[in-house]
Amino acid sequence: MAEAPLVEMRHVYKRFGGVHAVEDVTIDLFAGEVVGLVGHNGAGKSTLMKGLSGALPIDGGEIFIRGERIDIRNPRDARHHGIETIYQNLALADNLDAPANLFLGREIVTAMGTLDDDAMEHEARKVLQRLNPSFTNIKQPTGNLSGGQRQAVAIARAIHFNARILVMDEPTAALGPQESEMVGELIKQLKSEGIGIFLVSHDLHDVFDLSDRISVMKNGGMVGTRATADLTQEQALGMIILGKLPEEQPAFQ
Amino acid sequence: MSEGARTSARPKALTDGAARLLAATEMDPRLLAMIGALAVIWIVLNVLTGGIFLSPRNLFNLAVQSSVVGVMATGMVFVIVARNIDLSVGSVLGFVGMIIAFLQVDVFPIDAAWNWPLTIVLGIMVGALAGTWQGYWIAYRGVPAFVVTLGGLLIFRGGAFLITDGRTIAPLNQTYQLLGGGIDGSIGALWSWILGAVAVVTVVVMSTRARAKRRKFGFPTKPLWAAVGLIVVSAVLIITFVVIMNSYNKPRTEIPRGIPVPVLILIAVVVGMTLLARMTKFGRYVFAMGGSPEAANLSGINVRRITLWIFILMGMLCGVAAIITTARLNAGTNSMGTLAELSVIAAAVIGGTALAGGRGTIPGAILGAVIIQSLDNGMVLMSVSSPMRQIVIGVVLILAVWSDVSLNKVRQ
Ligand SMILES: Nc1ncnc2c1ncn2[C@@H]1O[C@H](COP(=O)(O)OP(=O)(O)O)[C@@H](O)[C@H]1O
Ligand SMILES: [Mg+2]
Repeated sequence: MAEAPLVEMRHVYKRFGGVHAVEDVTIDLFAGEVVGLVGHNGAGKSTLMKGLSGALPIDGGEIFIRGERIDIRNPRDARHHGIETIYQNLALADNLDAPANLFLGREIVTAMGTLDDDAMEHEARKVLQRLNPSFTNIKQPTGNLSGGQRQAVAIARAIHFNARILVMDEPTAALGPQESEMVGELIKQLKSEGIGIFLVSHDLHDVFDLSDRISVMKNGGMVGTRATADLTQEQALGMIILGKLPEEQPAFQ
Repeated sequence: MSEGARTSARPKALTDGAARLLAATEMDPRLLAMIGALAVIWIVLNVLTGGIFLSPRNLFNLAVQSSVVGVMATGMVFVIVARNIDLSVGSVLGFVGMIIAFLQVDVFPIDAAWNWPLTIVLGIMVGALAGTWQGYWIAYRGVPAFVVTLGGLLIFRGGAFLITDGRTIAPLNQTYQLLGGGIDGSIGALWSWILGAVAVVTVVVMSTRARAKRRKFGFPTKPLWAAVGLIVVSAVLIITFVVIMNSYNKPRTEIPRGIPVPVLILIAVVVGMTLLARMTKFGRYVFAMGGSPEAANLSGINVRRITLWIFILMGMLCGVAAIITTARLNAGTNSMGTLAELSVIAAAVIGGTALAGGRGTIPGAILGAVIIQSLDNGMVLMSVSSPMRQIVIGVVLILAVWSDVSLNKVRQ
């Protein structure tokens, strides 16, 4: 392929003391593509994604955006490069309301430089309305909201600022079936707008439904990446459990 | 229904009428509870002192006494909301106060017109430097605020002593003394009325504009009667305050004192800090850090820099408190501000600031400061001994936090 990938992470490492959470992992993502990232708990998926979002800067390896090597040392760097993240734990300030969380770090200000809370509330109502029409009590501290509403705030925050690259770490973990379906629709729509999406999920069904390629991690390492169309769910499970590519897996699996 | 949803988290124990009033006015129930507590304390103390407590003279003194702790408590709200603590504020006050007195009397010509303005600017700068020093260790060197400011408590108290080897410096510049609110340190009846009128007009204009803006966006607004009611109550409180300050005359004259300068300084600080907390990115980030340091960091907030600035601000407010204290004493003494950190932290906490971080208000802290000062002042009037007063205030601190904790449980 001539065109450089939207994102490329090459030979990435991350250690926590003696734990090799991510070891020599290489992964890429193209514009308008969804790459599903799967693996057991503790495989290193979140850590790898936090390396991209700047939450846990990588120890070794390189990150390229459209072929250009960049440094991501903190979340500000990542946002600057159009990388938005929905964290597994949502990363909301529970004492602030939905508009304040949505615009945290990127507040709308008046001509005098003061916070324009009314404008932020107005914008927040618009985005949240789209994600969850029944979510109207947005002036509550987010700590008082339901799991689904909190998730909606985290998703709204990631999509509101024209992301080019979206990292979604278990975005449907706190959601019911109906809300999950809505997130699925949203992913398809964002994809059609040319946004590249890393979708971390433990739900193979979702991943097979939504992603173009699937990458599997195990024990901090990358098992491999395959086009979703070339992979059966059994083979994917084999990769997750055995850590072996489909062609290496025993035939009876 | 939207009105009900907005307030669903509020205590159910309240009677229906009170709950509706709360909902309509969108008042913070915690703040209302504190106002109620203060009213009860005032009435009881007034009865126990045979009407002396609520006399204009005593209320005037109470206002002046509350201003030093009040000024610092506004800064302590930011510190505690961001999950830190500052144990050094009393010592920084003493240190800055001694530097101001030393410069004013021993270094500069005492009667020069530029003396007092220059020394107050230098004093606030020294406070900012003290805050920078502590904020640096906390934010960039990862030493817990408890440890750094405990160190600061000793360092700055020692520093205050060393400036003159413990010698008291007095008297200070004549004009400077007015900042302490002594006999001539008030602005008189006319200016008090003018300021009161400006305050009332400001309240009316700001409420009307805020309401118009929410209307424009099509957001729900308070019912009109509630909005008007709040304005009327605020106006009555402002006017009552002016009347009381104007009812206390200068000694052996019929000349009303009016609002004392230290109280004006406190009002300016409260307005400034409230705007900072509610209308600026800085204030928003302080609260975000308190709610979740991780979320703040992941949102691209420079948590270290904000922490540093919180302590710089706290240091500057200690400088302001040092100005009021030295001007009032008309002297610099190296024991100034001793144990003030305890009153300041207590004021913030009684005023509803959560030690776990993320929650607190400037008006709450001022109420906390007034509650502490009222108890102290009232007990002095009743000739309660100093150890006894400490015991009572200590118990009140525990009761205040306990009631807050129980109120939170009821809500959940
Ligand atoms: N902040 C951290 N400090 C120390 N160890 C961590 C940290 N975050 C993750 N780990 C460790 O790194 C490994 C990978 O974790 P994680 O990336 O969360 O896995 P996954 O998201 O695939 O479940 C685990 O062993 C986990 O315990
Ligand atoms: Mg994870």
